[in-house]
Amino acid sequence: MASTGSDRPDLAAARRQLLLDTAGIAVAVAGFGFVFGLAARNAGYSPIEAAAMSTIGFAGAAQFAAVGYVSAGLPWLPIVVLTLVLNLRHVLYSASLAPHLRHVPVLHRAAMAHVLTDEAFALSAAHFHRLGRTDVGGYWIGAILGVFVPWNVATLAGVLAGGAVPDPTAFGLDVVFPAAMAGLAIGLVTGRREAVAAGSGAAIGVVASLAVGPALGIMAGGLAGPLLGMATPPGRSAAPTVHSGIPVHAEAPIPLPHDEVDVDEALEELGDLPPDDGGDGPASRGATP
Amino acid sequence: MSTDLVLLAVLMAAVTYPSRALPLLAPGIERLPSAALLYLRLVGPAVLASLAAANTLVVTGPGDARSLQVGVETVGVLACLVLVAWRRNLFLGLVVGVGIVVVVRAAGG
Repeated sequence: MASTGSDRPDLAAARRQLLLDTAGIAVAVAGFGFVFGLAARNAGYSPIEAAAMSTIGFAGAAQFAAVGYVSAGLPWLPIVVLTLVLNLRHVLYSASLAPHLRHVPVLHRAAMAHVLTDEAFALSAAHFHRLGRTDVGGYWIGAILGVFVPWNVATLAGVLAGGAVPDPTAFGLDVVFPAAMAGLAIGLVTGRREAVAAGSGAAIGVVASLAVGPALGIMAGGLAGPLLGMATPPGRSAAPTVHSGIPVHAEAPIPLPHDEVDVDEALEELGDLPPDDGGDGPASRGATP
Repeated sequence: MSTDLVLLAVLMAAVTYPSRALPLLAPGIERLPSAALLYLRLVGPAVLASLAAANTLVVTGPGDARSLQVGVETVGVLACLVLVAWRRNLFLGLVVGVGIVVVVRAAGG
Protein backbone atom coordinates (compact mmCIF):
# COMPACT_ATOMS: atom_id res chain seq x y z
CA MET A 1 0.00 0.00 0.00
CA ALA A 2 1.37 3.33 -0.99
CA SER A 3 1.41 5.99 1.64
CA THR A 4 2.93 9.36 2.27
CA GLY A 5 4.19 8.22 5.61
CA SER A 6 1.33 9.94 7.37
CA ASP A 7 -2.10 8.35 7.44
CA ARG A 8 -2.96 9.90 4.06
CA PRO A 9 -2.76 7.90 0.85
CA ASP A 10 -0.49 9.16 -1.88
CA LEU A 11 -1.88 10.59 -5.09
CA ALA A 12 -1.65 7.38 -7.09
CA ALA A 13 -3.45 5.33 -4.44
CA ALA A 14 -6.15 7.94 -4.00
CA ARG A 15 -6.69 8.16 -7.75
CA ARG A 16 -6.98 4.38 -8.02
CA GLN A 17 -9.78 4.54 -5.49
CA LEU A 18 -11.30 7.48 -7.35
CA LEU A 19 -11.27 5.50 -10.60
CA LEU A 20 -12.99 2.57 -8.90
CA ASP A 21 -15.68 4.88 -7.49
CA THR A 22 -15.97 6.59 -10.86
CA ALA A 23 -16.48 3.28 -12.68
CA GLY A 24 -19.58 2.43 -10.66
CA ILE A 25 -21.11 5.83 -11.30
CA ALA A 26 -20.16 5.84 -14.98
CA VAL A 27 -22.15 2.65 -15.56
CA ALA A 28 -25.31 4.22 -14.15
CA VAL A 29 -24.72 7.51 -15.95
CA ALA A 30 -24.28 5.66 -19.25
CA GLY A 31 -27.48 3.72 -18.64
CA PHE A 32 -29.50 6.87 -18.08
CA GLY A 33 -27.74 8.67 -20.93
CA PHE A 34 -28.78 5.86 -23.26
CA VAL A 35 -32.36 6.06 -22.05
CA PHE A 36 -32.28 9.82 -22.57
CA GLY A 37 -31.04 9.32 -26.13
CA LEU A 38 -33.85 6.87 -26.87
CA ALA A 39 -36.45 9.14 -25.29
CA ALA A 40 -35.13 12.14 -27.21
CA ARG A 41 -35.34 10.25 -30.49
CA ASN A 42 -38.90 9.17 -29.74
CA ALA A 43 -39.76 12.79 -28.93
CA GLY A 44 -38.51 13.88 -32.34
CA TYR A 45 -35.06 15.19 -31.46
CA SER A 46 -32.44 14.93 -34.18
CA PRO A 47 -29.05 13.47 -33.16
CA ILE A 48 -27.58 16.98 -33.23
CA GLU A 49 -30.29 18.29 -30.92
CA ALA A 50 -29.94 15.39 -28.50
CA ALA A 51 -26.17 15.77 -28.48
CA ALA A 52 -26.50 19.53 -27.91
CA MET A 53 -28.74 18.88 -24.92
CA SER A 54 -26.16 16.59 -23.38
CA THR A 55 -23.03 18.58 -24.17
CA ILE A 56 -24.24 22.18 -23.89
CA GLY A 57 -27.21 21.81 -21.55
CA PHE A 58 -25.67 18.91 -19.62
CA ALA A 59 -28.52 19.11 -17.16
CA GLY A 60 -29.54 15.53 -16.31
CA ALA A 61 -33.04 15.51 -14.87
CA ALA A 62 -33.90 18.75 -16.65
CA GLN A 63 -33.11 17.09 -19.97
CA PHE A 64 -35.61 14.34 -19.25
CA ALA A 65 -38.20 16.93 -18.27
CA ALA A 66 -37.50 18.82 -21.49
CA VAL A 67 -38.13 15.68 -23.54
CA GLY A 68 -41.57 15.37 -22.01
CA TYR A 69 -42.36 19.04 -22.45
CA VAL A 70 -41.10 19.21 -26.03
CA SER A 71 -43.01 16.10 -27.08
CA ALA A 72 -46.14 17.58 -25.47
CA GLY A 73 -45.65 20.72 -27.53
CA LEU A 74 -45.27 23.01 -24.53
CA PRO A 75 -43.46 26.34 -24.87
CA TRP A 76 -39.80 26.67 -23.96
CA LEU A 77 -40.18 29.10 -21.07
CA PRO A 78 -41.46 26.52 -18.54
CA ILE A 79 -38.63 24.21 -19.58
CA VAL A 80 -36.03 26.91 -18.95
CA VAL A 81 -37.59 27.88 -15.61
CA LEU A 82 -37.79 24.24 -14.54
CA THR A 83 -34.15 23.76 -15.50
CA LEU A 84 -33.20 26.74 -13.36
CA VAL A 85 -35.06 25.40 -10.34
CA LEU A 86 -33.87 21.82 -10.77
CA ASN A 87 -30.24 22.91 -10.96
CA LEU A 88 -30.18 25.54 -8.22
CA ARG A 89 -28.60 23.02 -5.87
CA HIS A 90 -25.38 23.31 -7.87
CA VAL A 91 -24.82 26.59 -6.04
CA LEU A 92 -24.13 24.53 -2.93
CA TYR A 93 -21.63 22.29 -4.70
CA SER A 94 -19.86 25.23 -6.25
CA ALA A 95 -19.68 27.13 -2.95
CA SER A 96 -18.46 24.05 -1.12
CA LEU A 97 -15.65 23.41 -3.59
CA ALA A 98 -14.69 27.06 -4.05
CA PRO A 99 -12.32 27.34 -1.06
CA HIS A 100 -10.41 24.29 -2.29
CA LEU A 101 -10.07 25.52 -5.85
CA ARG A 102 -9.21 29.15 -5.21
CA HIS A 103 -5.63 28.63 -6.40
CA VAL A 104 -6.85 27.38 -9.80
CA PRO A 105 -6.76 29.98 -12.63
CA VAL A 106 -10.12 31.60 -13.22
CA LEU A 107 -10.58 30.30 -16.78
CA HIS A 108 -9.79 26.82 -15.58
CA ARG A 109 -12.40 27.18 -12.82
CA ALA A 110 -14.89 28.47 -15.38
CA ALA A 111 -14.38 25.28 -17.39
CA MET A 112 -14.63 23.12 -14.27
CA ALA A 113 -17.99 24.71 -13.48
CA HIS A 114 -19.62 23.42 -16.66
CA VAL A 115 -19.11 19.80 -15.62
CA LEU A 116 -20.02 20.29 -11.95
CA THR A 117 -22.81 17.78 -11.44
CA ASP A 118 -24.11 15.85 -8.43
CA GLU A 119 -21.79 12.99 -9.23
CA ALA A 120 -18.76 15.16 -10.01
CA PHE A 121 -19.17 16.97 -6.71
CA ALA A 122 -19.63 13.78 -4.75
CA LEU A 123 -16.62 12.08 -6.34
CA SER A 124 -14.31 15.06 -6.00
CA ALA A 125 -15.32 15.90 -2.43
CA ALA A 126 -14.72 12.29 -1.38
CA HIS A 127 -11.43 12.22 -3.31
CA PHE A 128 -10.14 15.47 -1.81
CA HIS A 129 -11.08 14.22 1.61
CA ARG A 130 -9.35 10.89 1.12
CA LEU A 131 -6.25 12.51 -0.29
CA GLY A 132 -6.15 15.25 2.29
CA ARG A 133 -5.73 18.02 -0.24
CA THR A 134 -7.09 19.37 -3.50
CA ASP A 135 -6.38 17.41 -6.69
CA VAL A 136 -7.53 19.27 -9.78
CA GLY A 137 -6.71 16.29 -12.00
CA GLY A 138 -8.87 14.12 -9.76
CA TYR A 139 -11.77 16.54 -10.22
CA TRP A 140 -11.52 16.15 -13.97
CA ILE A 141 -11.28 12.36 -13.72
CA GLY A 142 -14.57 12.18 -11.81
CA ALA A 143 -16.35 14.84 -13.84
CA ILE A 144 -15.23 13.76 -17.30
CA LEU A 145 -14.74 10.00 -17.05
CA GLY A 146 -17.52 9.47 -14.55
CA VAL A 147 -20.19 11.70 -16.04
CA PHE A 148 -19.53 13.84 -19.09
CA VAL A 149 -18.11 11.18 -21.42
CA PRO A 150 -20.49 8.32 -20.52
CA TRP A 151 -23.50 10.66 -20.56
CA ASN A 152 -22.70 12.05 -23.99
CA VAL A 153 -21.53 8.83 -25.62
CA ALA A 154 -24.59 7.00 -24.33
CA THR A 155 -26.90 9.82 -25.47
CA LEU A 156 -25.54 9.52 -28.98
CA ALA A 157 -25.81 5.74 -28.87
CA GLY A 158 -29.42 5.99 -27.73
CA VAL A 159 -30.53 8.55 -30.27
CA LEU A 160 -28.82 6.69 -33.11
CA ALA A 161 -29.90 3.21 -32.03
CA GLY A 162 -33.59 3.95 -31.73
CA GLY A 163 -36.06 1.41 -30.47
CA ALA A 164 -38.32 1.29 -27.47
CA VAL A 165 -37.33 3.12 -24.32
CA PRO A 166 -36.46 0.54 -21.69
CA ASP A 167 -37.38 0.99 -18.08
CA PRO A 168 -34.15 1.70 -16.14
CA THR A 169 -35.73 0.23 -13.04
CA ALA A 170 -35.64 -3.19 -14.69
CA PHE A 171 -31.85 -3.08 -14.34
CA GLY A 172 -31.83 -1.43 -10.94
CA LEU A 173 -30.26 1.68 -12.45
CA ASP A 174 -32.63 3.90 -10.49
CA VAL A 175 -30.99 2.75 -7.28
CA VAL A 176 -27.40 3.41 -8.35
CA PHE A 177 -27.65 7.18 -8.10
CA PRO A 178 -29.08 7.47 -4.55
CA ALA A 179 -26.92 4.59 -3.35
CA ALA A 180 -23.80 6.24 -4.76
CA MET A 181 -24.70 9.60 -3.25
CA ALA A 182 -25.36 7.95 0.12
CA GLY A 183 -22.11 6.02 -0.05
CA LEU A 184 -20.08 9.09 -0.96
CA ALA A 185 -21.83 11.10 1.75
CA ILE A 186 -20.89 8.54 4.39
CA GLY A 187 -17.30 8.83 3.22
CA LEU A 188 -17.42 12.51 4.15
CA VAL A 189 -18.78 11.83 7.63
CA THR A 190 -15.67 12.02 9.75
CA GLY A 191 -17.01 13.37 13.01
CA ARG A 192 -20.06 14.32 14.98
CA ARG A 193 -20.62 17.56 13.12
CA GLU A 194 -20.56 15.89 9.71
CA ALA A 195 -22.84 13.12 10.99
CA VAL A 196 -25.38 15.61 12.27
CA ALA A 197 -25.17 17.64 9.06
CA ALA A 198 -25.74 14.52 6.97
CA GLY A 199 -28.50 13.07 9.14
CA SER A 200 -30.40 16.30 9.48
CA GLY A 201 -29.81 17.12 5.81
CA ALA A 202 -31.39 13.79 4.86
CA ALA A 203 -34.35 14.22 7.20
CA ILE A 204 -35.00 17.82 6.18
CA GLY A 205 -34.52 16.91 2.53
CA VAL A 206 -37.21 14.23 2.70
CA VAL A 207 -39.72 16.32 4.65
CA ALA A 208 -39.16 19.38 2.47
CA SER A 209 -39.31 17.30 -0.72
CA LEU A 210 -42.69 15.96 0.33
CA ALA A 211 -43.86 19.50 1.02
CA VAL A 212 -42.45 21.51 -1.87
CA GLY A 213 -40.96 18.99 -4.29
CA PRO A 214 -37.53 17.39 -4.57
CA ALA A 215 -35.80 20.25 -6.41
CA LEU A 216 -36.24 22.69 -3.55
CA GLY A 217 -36.45 20.04 -0.85
CA ILE A 218 -32.97 18.72 -1.57
CA MET A 219 -31.64 22.27 -1.41
CA ALA A 220 -33.39 22.83 1.92
CA GLY A 221 -31.62 19.78 3.34
CA GLY A 222 -28.30 20.93 1.97
CA LEU A 223 -28.74 24.43 3.39
CA ALA A 224 -30.16 23.59 6.82
CA GLY A 225 -28.14 20.44 7.59
CA PRO A 226 -24.81 22.28 7.95
CA LEU A 227 -26.38 24.78 10.38
CA LEU A 228 -27.35 21.94 12.71
CA GLY A 229 -23.91 20.41 12.23
CA MET A 230 -22.29 23.71 13.24
CA ALA A 231 -24.44 23.83 16.35
CA THR A 232 -23.10 20.43 17.39
CA PRO A 233 -19.97 20.18 19.53
CA PRO A 234 -17.11 18.48 17.66
CA GLY A 235 -16.81 14.81 18.44
CA ARG A 236 -13.88 12.77 19.66
CA SER A 237 -11.22 11.46 17.32
CA ALA A 238 -11.62 7.98 16.04
CA ALA A 239 -9.08 5.50 14.84
CA PRO A 240 -8.02 5.69 11.20
CA THR A 241 -10.33 3.81 8.90
CA VAL A 242 -9.39 1.92 5.79
CA HIS A 243 -10.86 2.68 2.38
CA SER A 244 -10.09 -0.25 0.14
CA GLY A 245 -6.58 -0.43 1.42
CA ILE A 246 -6.25 3.31 1.78
CA PRO A 247 -6.18 4.47 5.39
CA VAL A 248 -8.14 7.58 6.10
CA HIS A 249 -8.11 9.29 9.46
CA ALA A 250 -11.65 9.41 10.71
CA GLU A 251 -11.57 12.94 12.04
CA ALA A 252 -9.60 14.73 9.37
CA PRO A 253 -11.55 17.27 7.32
CA ILE A 254 -10.62 18.09 3.75
CA PRO A 255 -7.59 20.30 4.25
CA LEU A 256 -7.61 23.53 2.36
CA PRO A 257 -4.90 24.01 -0.23
CA HIS A 258 -1.62 25.78 0.34
CA ASP A 259 -1.50 28.13 3.27
CA GLU A 260 -5.21 28.29 3.86
CA VAL A 261 -6.41 28.34 7.44
CA ASP A 262 -7.88 25.13 8.80
CA VAL A 263 -11.38 25.81 10.04
CA ASP A 264 -11.07 23.92 13.30
CA GLU A 265 -7.70 25.47 13.95
CA ALA A 266 -9.19 28.89 13.40
CA LEU A 267 -12.11 28.11 15.67
CA GLU A 268 -9.74 26.84 18.30
CA GLU A 269 -7.78 30.06 18.10
CA LEU A 270 -11.02 31.93 18.56
CA GLY A 271 -11.66 29.97 21.70
CA ASP A 272 -14.50 27.85 20.38
CA LEU A 273 -12.58 24.69 21.09
CA PRO A 274 -10.41 24.12 24.10
CA PRO A 275 -6.99 22.92 22.93
CA ASP A 276 -7.24 19.54 24.60
CA ASP A 277 -10.90 18.72 24.32
CA GLY A 278 -10.48 15.50 22.46
CA GLY A 279 -12.33 17.15 19.62
CA ASP A 280 -11.40 17.31 15.99
CA GLY A 281 -8.81 20.01 16.46
CA PRO A 282 -5.24 19.53 15.30
CA ALA A 283 -4.07 18.05 18.60
CA SER A 284 -6.34 15.06 18.28
CA ARG A 285 -6.32 14.80 14.50
CA GLY A 286 -4.00 12.49 12.69
CA ALA A 287 -0.98 13.93 10.95
CA THR A 288 -1.92 15.77 7.80
CA PRO A 289 0.38 17.10 5.12
CA MET B 1 -31.58 17.44 -39.86
CA SER B 2 -33.35 19.73 -37.38
CA THR B 3 -31.29 21.97 -35.12
CA ASP B 4 -34.11 24.03 -33.57
CA LEU B 5 -33.65 22.52 -30.13
CA VAL B 6 -29.98 23.48 -30.02
CA LEU B 7 -31.16 26.93 -28.99
CA LEU B 8 -33.19 25.38 -26.18
CA ALA B 9 -30.06 23.53 -25.04
CA VAL B 10 -28.20 26.86 -24.99
CA LEU B 11 -30.97 28.48 -22.94
CA MET B 12 -30.93 25.57 -20.49
CA ALA B 13 -27.17 25.95 -20.17
CA ALA B 14 -27.57 29.69 -19.67
CA VAL B 15 -29.71 29.16 -16.57
CA THR B 16 -27.69 26.21 -15.27
CA TYR B 17 -24.17 27.56 -15.64
CA PRO B 18 -24.50 30.47 -13.16
CA SER B 19 -25.51 28.05 -10.40
CA ARG B 20 -22.42 26.01 -11.10
CA ALA B 21 -20.00 28.84 -11.66
CA LEU B 22 -20.81 31.91 -9.59
CA PRO B 23 -19.58 30.73 -6.18
CA LEU B 24 -16.61 29.02 -7.83
CA LEU B 25 -15.61 32.22 -9.61
CA ALA B 26 -16.48 34.66 -6.83
CA PRO B 27 -13.42 36.58 -5.66
CA GLY B 28 -12.45 36.65 -2.01
CA ILE B 29 -13.68 33.19 -1.11
CA GLU B 30 -10.49 32.74 0.92
CA ARG B 31 -11.42 35.73 3.05
CA LEU B 32 -14.65 34.19 4.31
CA PRO B 33 -14.99 33.96 8.08
CA SER B 34 -13.99 30.63 9.58
CA ALA B 35 -17.60 29.87 10.47
CA ALA B 36 -18.58 30.26 6.82
CA LEU B 37 -15.79 27.90 5.78
CA LEU B 38 -16.98 25.38 8.35
CA TYR B 39 -20.50 25.72 6.96
CA LEU B 40 -19.23 25.06 3.45
CA ARG B 41 -17.32 22.02 4.68
CA LEU B 42 -20.55 20.58 6.09
CA VAL B 43 -22.52 21.27 2.91
CA GLY B 44 -20.99 18.18 1.25
CA PRO B 45 -22.31 15.49 3.59
CA ALA B 46 -25.60 17.37 4.09
CA VAL B 47 -26.52 17.89 0.45
CA LEU B 48 -25.43 14.42 -0.66
CA ALA B 49 -27.42 12.82 2.16
CA SER B 50 -30.39 15.00 1.28
CA LEU B 51 -30.09 14.01 -2.38
CA ALA B 52 -29.84 10.32 -1.55
CA ALA B 53 -32.70 10.34 0.95
CA ALA B 54 -35.08 12.34 -1.23
CA ASN B 55 -34.33 10.19 -4.29
CA THR B 56 -34.93 7.02 -2.30
CA LEU B 57 -37.89 7.90 -0.13
CA VAL B 58 -39.92 10.48 -2.06
CA VAL B 59 -41.95 9.38 -5.05
CA THR B 60 -43.66 11.84 -7.35
CA GLY B 61 -46.75 10.42 -8.97
CA PRO B 62 -49.30 11.67 -11.46
CA GLY B 63 -50.39 15.24 -10.94
CA ASP B 64 -47.18 16.00 -9.05
CA ALA B 65 -48.54 14.14 -6.03
CA ARG B 66 -45.69 13.26 -3.69
CA SER B 67 -45.61 10.40 -1.24
CA LEU B 68 -43.22 8.65 1.09
CA GLN B 69 -42.07 5.26 -0.16
CA VAL B 70 -40.16 2.67 1.82
CA GLY B 71 -39.49 -0.34 -0.35
CA VAL B 72 -36.77 -2.52 -1.73
CA GLU B 73 -34.99 0.59 -3.04
CA THR B 74 -34.56 1.75 0.54
CA VAL B 75 -33.15 -1.64 1.47
CA GLY B 76 -30.72 -1.48 -1.46
CA VAL B 77 -29.51 2.01 -0.57
CA LEU B 78 -29.17 1.10 3.11
CA ALA B 79 -27.22 -2.03 2.21
CA CYS B 80 -24.87 0.09 0.12
CA LEU B 81 -24.56 2.61 2.95
CA VAL B 82 -23.70 -0.05 5.52
CA LEU B 83 -21.17 -1.70 3.23
CA VAL B 84 -19.45 1.57 2.41
CA ALA B 85 -19.31 2.50 6.09
CA TRP B 86 -17.97 -0.93 6.97
CA ARG B 87 -15.68 -1.78 4.06
CA ARG B 88 -15.09 1.76 2.76
CA ASN B 89 -15.66 0.47 -0.76
CA LEU B 90 -18.28 2.25 -2.87
CA PHE B 91 -18.11 -0.14 -5.79
CA LEU B 92 -18.83 -3.14 -3.58
CA GLY B 93 -21.69 -1.23 -1.95
CA LEU B 94 -23.23 -0.39 -5.31
CA VAL B 95 -22.96 -3.94 -6.60
CA VAL B 96 -24.63 -5.38 -3.51
CA GLY B 97 -27.25 -2.63 -3.23
CA VAL B 98 -28.30 -2.85 -6.86
CA GLY B 99 -28.07 -6.65 -6.77
CA ILE B 100 -30.57 -6.82 -3.92
CA VAL B 101 -33.02 -4.60 -5.80
CA VAL B 102 -32.67 -6.50 -9.08
CA VAL B 103 -33.14 -9.89 -7.40
CA VAL B 104 -36.17 -8.78 -5.39
CA ARG B 105 -37.79 -7.16 -8.43
CA ALA B 106 -37.10 -10.23 -10.55
CA ALA B 107 -38.77 -12.30 -7.87
CA GLY B 108 -41.81 -10.09 -8.14
CA GLY B 109 -41.17 -8.12 -4.97
